[in-house]
Amino acid sequence: MTRHYSALSLFKEGIAGQTGWEKAWRSPDPKRRYDAIIIGGGGHGLATAYYLAKNHGVTNVALLEKGWIGGGNTGRNTTVVRSNYFYPESAAIYGLAHSLYKTLSKDLNYNVMFSARGILTLVHSEAAMETAARSVNAIQVNGIDCELFSVEDVRRVVPIYNFSPDARYPVYGGTWQPSGGTARHDAVAWGYARAASRLGVDIIQNCEITDFIIEGGRCRGVVTTRGAIRAERTGMAVAGHSSVLAAKAGFRLPVNSYALQACVSEPVKPIIDTVVISPDTGVYVSQSDKGELVIGGALDRIPSYGQRGNLPVLEGVIAGMLEMFPIFGQLKMMRQWAGIVDVVPDSSPIIGESPLPGLFLNCGWGTGGFKAIPAGGTLLAHLLATGRHHDISRPFDLDRFARGRLIDEAAGSGIAH
Amino acid sequence: MQLFPCPFCGPREESEFHYGGEAGNLRPDGEVTAERWAGYLHMRDNPKGPTREIWVHMTCGEFFAMSRDSVNHKVSGSSVLGDVEHGA
Repeated sequence: MTRHYSALSLFKEGIAGQTGWEKAWRSPDPKRRYDAIIIGGGGHGLATAYYLAKNHGVTNVALLEKGWIGGGNTGRNTTVVRSNYFYPESAAIYGLAHSLYKTLSKDLNYNVMFSARGILTLVHSEAAMETAARSVNAIQVNGIDCELFSVEDVRRVVPIYNFSPDARYPVYGGTWQPSGGTARHDAVAWGYARAASRLGVDIIQNCEITDFIIEGGRCRGVVTTRGAIRAERTGMAVAGHSSVLAAKAGFRLPVNSYALQACVSEPVKPIIDTVVISPDTGVYVSQSDKGELVIGGALDRIPSYGQRGNLPVLEGVIAGMLEMFPIFGQLKMMRQWAGIVDVVPDSSPIIGESPLPGLFLNCGWGTGGFKAIPAGGTLLAHLLATGRHHDISRPFDLDRFARGRLIDEAAGSGIAH
Repeated sequence: MQLFPCPFCGPREESEFHYGGEAGNLRPDGEVTAERWAGYLHMRDNPKGPTREIWVHMTCGEFFAMSRDSVNHKVSGSSVLGDVEHGA
């Protein structure tokens, strides 16, 4: 069986009629007991499984997914990876993720198509340029690459922007993270799943958690639609459904679930070779390798678990996109969808032990979870393996809400998420 | 565009409304622990399915309670604020 992906194995399999490929991951029946359980087969859960095995040698691990892996927000996001954050705590966590993304394809032996095509955040007023300069300074002090762009710089990078004198959102400049970019979302999920499976992790799909096993005040495992499964440590990475699981475990989280929509156009020839974000129109655009324009915007304004999205926000996103790029006026939209994201008051993640000992949290990424997948996995794996915080995850513990030590990135990074 | 029922103005477009929070999240009286205060400020039930919420109709400026399903978005009714929702 061919296990390793390379040009040579592709060539050999081509000659052999593609008959020797091994399945990317195993689908075993669940055992009754593991050293650790991970709930949620999205990017964060799968990355946790991989780093548990790789960094900590913990391979007797079950990853439980109620649907199919990568079928939630990992398959519904707009694939942007960046680390241009204001607060040092955030720069550390997103910087870790970004640095792992850069070498992820080689690390996983799976092409996640990480493309450092640069990210441009537009600035639409003179006053906002002052804020942008402060933001760029803070990001540079955090050790993250970031530059302040003039109008001429913006014109060089996105010549198709609406620079006309009567533009509703004139450009005064921008902030530019040259090392930001995009990655192939499904490949991230599949790559982690394949690598974790090869290290011994059991990936179990169509296995929904119905309850927690709580004995002596500790979480001792889970009851699932495929029977009870025990472990002394359980981690959950279920994004918008975190509150639902928390209720089963007997505690509440500072999470509100909202739908976040995105859409793609029909594929066209290469027209935009970077990621462009406009905080004022609330829209961001990039172009996929297939040629589709990938368009995202703000959250729906209605708390929701319905993975569809409402019309008013979609309308606003399309209107904003046309304001920015009138050239796209004739484009046909191909697909629209929504994922349910876990929004917390300070727009920063929650990582740490839950109020139920033995159950560990990775949630609260809101609209920005995809970019953080390698870090979320590394840090939850560290917690599950050692029972203690990694230095990078400590500030993001749930206790910050009672202590008042919030990490308010909604204000800090200037982008609502 | 979905229509929401304002108890004062009748059915209006959803974009005229703003979400105010979960009904029944009452402000604790007197000296409370940091945990209790954080609970009031930040912790939420965030239910999947039937939910009762406080909304404001921005056009008339009135707050009211609305019963809604957070999965299929169906609205089952709305009412003026009672004692349960705002602790009056």
